[in-house]
Amino acid sequence: MTPGAPGAGRTALATAAAVRSGRLKAAEVLEEHLAAIRARETELHAFNLVLEDRARAEAAGVDEAVAAGRDPGRLAGITVALKDNLCTRGVETTCSSRILEGWRPPYDATVVTRLRQEGAVVVGKTNLDEFAMGSSTENSAFGPTRNPHDPTRVPGGSSGGSAAAVAAGFAGLALGSDTGGSIRQPAALCGVVGLKPTYGLVSRYGLIAFASSLDQIGPFAGTVADAALLLEVIAGHDPMDSTSLDAPPPSLLEGLDGGVEGLRVGIVSELMNGVEPTAAAAVEAAAGALSAAGAKVDRVSVPAAIYGLSAYYLIAPAEASSNLARYDGVRYGLRAEAPGGSADVAAMFAATRAAGFGDEVKRRIMLGTYALSAGYYDAYYGQAQRVRTLIIRDFDAAYRSSDVLLSPTTPGPAFELEAKTSDPLAMYLSDVCTIPTNLAGHPAVTVPWWPEGSSLPLGVQVLAPALGEAVMLRAAAAIEAGAPPAPSAPGGGS
Amino acid sequence: MAHLARLTLTPEEIERFTAQLAAVLGHADDVAALDLAGVEPTAHPLPLINVLREDEVRPCLDRDEVMAQAPAAEDGRFRVPRILGEAP
Amino acid sequence: MSAASAEGAEAWETVVGLEVHCELRTATKLFCGCPNRFGQEPNTQICPVCTGQPGSLPVLNRMAVEMAMRIGLALHCRIEPSIFHRKNYFYPDMPKDYQVSQYDQPINIDGWLELPSGGRIGVERAHLEEDTGKITHVGGAGRIHDASHSLIDYNRAGVPLVEIVSRPDIRSAVQARDYVAELRSILVATGASDGKMEEGSLRVDANVSVRPRGSTDFGTRCEIKNLNSLRSLVRAIDYEAARQIEVLTDGGRIILETRHWDEAGGRTTSGRTKEQSEDYRYFPEPDLVPVAPDAGWRGRVEASMPVLPAARRSRLAEATGAPGDDIAVLVETGLDELVLAAVAAGADARTAVNRATNEVAGALEDGPPPPAESFARLVKMETEGALTATQAKTVLADMLRHGGDPEELARKRGFEALASDALADAVSAVIEANPAEWERFKAGEAKVAGFFVGQVMKATKGNADGGAVTAELRKRAGL
Repeated sequence: MTPGAPGAGRTALATAAAVRSGRLKAAEVLEEHLAAIRARETELHAFNLVLEDRARAEAAGVDEAVAAGRDPGRLAGITVALKDNLCTRGVETTCSSRILEGWRPPYDATVVTRLRQEGAVVVGKTNLDEFAMGSSTENSAFGPTRNPHDPTRVPGGSSGGSAAAVAAGFAGLALGSDTGGSIRQPAALCGVVGLKPTYGLVSRYGLIAFASSLDQIGPFAGTVADAALLLEVIAGHDPMDSTSLDAPPPSLLEGLDGGVEGLRVGIVSELMNGVEPTAAAAVEAAAGALSAAGAKVDRVSVPAAIYGLSAYYLIAPAEASSNLARYDGVRYGLRAEAPGGSADVAAMFAATRAAGFGDEVKRRIMLGTYALSAGYYDAYYGQAQRVRTLIIRDFDAAYRSSDVLLSPTTPGPAFELEAKTSDPLAMYLSDVCTIPTNLAGHPAVTVPWWPEGSSLPLGVQVLAPALGEAVMLRAAAAIEAGAPPAPSAPGGGS
Repeated sequence: MAHLARLTLTPEEIERFTAQLAAVLGHADDVAALDLAGVEPTAHPLPLINVLREDEVRPCLDRDEVMAQAPAAEDGRFRVPRILGEAP
Repeated sequence: MSAASAEGAEAWETVVGLEVHCELRTATKLFCGCPNRFGQEPNTQICPVCTGQPGSLPVLNRMAVEMAMRIGLALHCRIEPSIFHRKNYFYPDMPKDYQVSQYDQPINIDGWLELPSGGRIGVERAHLEEDTGKITHVGGAGRIHDASHSLIDYNRAGVPLVEIVSRPDIRSAVQARDYVAELRSILVATGASDGKMEEGSLRVDANVSVRPRGSTDFGTRCEIKNLNSLRSLVRAIDYEAARQIEVLTDGGRIILETRHWDEAGGRTTSGRTKEQSEDYRYFPEPDLVPVAPDAGWRGRVEASMPVLPAARRSRLAEATGAPGDDIAVLVETGLDELVLAAVAAGADARTAVNRATNEVAGALEDGPPPPAESFARLVKMETEGALTATQAKTVLADMLRHGGDPEELARKRGFEALASDALADAVSAVIEANPAEWERFKAGEAKVAGFFVGQVMKATKGNADGGAVTAELRKRAGL
């Protein structure tokens, strides 16, 4: 959590414990965060929608439960910000797109239901790159979010709003989604913890789809333990999601501080190439901390990782082009007319999608349509799925000699707004360290690492095999314990 | 391609996108060029099969709540401009 | 068609392949728990999944898979591990603007169907897919071309379908009709379908082409979509074959296209050329996982298969020796069980078949058939002479209209089933009442015989058989 931000020094775990015991009121916690929002939201634009009234009602409900002696839940009174691609019934969910502007879903995402059942207070819907396509939150139709540490810089994307919300103290926890790094990359750039779970561990029901075989919902938090808490609450089988693993919610908090004695840690060579020296140095330093705590650190190779970016930019747009076909102006969302009125429904489809989608979304739909088209399927989409197999095999081989892997989360710290908007390819390269785990379906977490003398954070990424969250978080906790302190005055903070 | 995706693009957009996409496709061609004969494609990262549900009725949505979000409705149905072609 | 081309038609062979879409009789839709019910208020059987709401996900219905397996078994297919694909295209009745279907790894492949008249039609595949919503065109007499706008109801969206694709083995409109009729019987027998073509439970697309008789190459075909009665099917195929023959005989070319059957006009009209067809960009559905029924599941489905029409026909033929047409009607109408039960109870097979085919089958529209047990007793009453043929038909009609025992009904009608005691009693009574005439009868006076028979007939309200009465009288008289 950003030092100096309201509630700083109090973790989500501590908040919940205090609220459950009656020492703290959920209403008080909420007002602290609302004050932080009032102070800096105009500047940062982390939210598409702040749910002040609803949150007050939810907080009151939690306090009532405590007063009545009922169990208020494991997240009692914790304020949570939700990425605006998570369906919240009756509350606008826009994916930061004009095509869903004003849309109120008729149902809640499974994760939202689980959060509420555990007493979380939803404080707002956060900004994102439109339909989760981007690495800077500059593709939002409603304006970019700014990095709380330096508002001239991006917070990362696509879950930039959620990352900024936690970093700026607007919420104790947040949820985002990660398809190619969209939780981890903004978490790193904003100096908070961000975790992408094993594919299938968290239900996707109610997550507005970008790339179905890659998307996962995951937590943003100020500490590794807080992230573990939120993940425990949202994870576990959901009968509404066919790709949901038939596994019970994992137990992650227990054993989190078990230490890393004897743990075999591998630094992924391919992911250390082509990143800024400070990013590589952060990983080496984190490895040093693990080593000092008793881990065995080595270099490993995941050769196929170098094809990750290319495979991703075929698979993700292909699935997205199909997932976004439904935005046609018939059942929900924007309907636009062709100039002079729509002669027929086909003209209405085209006019709606032209007006409703931003450039990056259109680009990816075109790319995806191409990758799936007759004559090209096998060379592009089909081939990318084979590359995926290679990446999984290479990871499996690496995990025979390592328990967890390490890499930079991003090639460098937060870049300036508009620095990469004219060159999509340059933007895509921001995800080079995070993409391979999405393709493999493995979990990964980023731990903040503030290089000495720097005012911008970096992230160190811990990777683990499928369902390896427990060991991954143990390693992450050890890195967190050995990490340099954040600077005491965050850029722009009050 | 734009027609398949039901996106009408301005000539300027077509030109801009073509150049940008060409760069991405350059990388895609790296992938296309790999010799991966004998490698099975992975459709799902984790091997699940036979995920089924029982044939039991579950609550439906309230029609009013759904129709309230419809861009155009008439007689409890979604209204669209006339449809010129048959379904493919 | 001119006389000349009618003659020339002999030189041509018609080739037909049929695609039949069968709505499954599950309680819920293919990928969600909405009810699968026909004729409800628009958009009252919907949920996030079947209206394609953002963020929704499909979950496969176990019963739909099981019904698909039954269909596969009934059509002698191989049941294979299968996956779902997305078929991408835009149309307003599509909640997601892609249809979840099966492409190159379908659940059932390589089967066949036996026609009642003999001969096999190959079945290439029978796969699972979801149905679309329903469009109503407003303005322009409800036809698509003159409409001002359209309205969409998604109640039907997501209903499970099995699409059954035949090989192009069919050689005439009549054979096509027989194929569909038999397929319908099979589907109803498996419990997978209610067979109501008029409600859209079964929809037929016909691919029709012609070729010179003797050729083994296939001609260019035209697809005629959405034929929803057997009559339309026959008329459309006949028309289309004749049309193609005329075009080719005149030196023209058949264009690969979809054609529309105009019921009122009695002709097919050009629709969309297949050259302009959509690229569906099929790719495996990432929101679903493969389906691989294990041996245990297959075994349970196999064990629960009902007796299918072809087997029922053989069984009935063996038990009754009745002619093929009657056999077909009885199995078609489900009356084979009735006849078999009657025969097992000792009734005469030929009579049972006749009564079932002639009287019972025709009345099925108005009500259910009689219970097997009562039917068997009725047939026996006829064959044992207790009822004449006419009387039996009357009693049977009563049974069909109101139900009841054949003996009761016969008594009500006054058709007493004259057991020999009843007859003997009646004769005794008449003898007692007429002692003088009896002496004259015993003395051999023939005239008096008529009197006695008349009296007995009166007493039994005409139920006695004349010959039997005379025989009884003579026996008593010692003549």
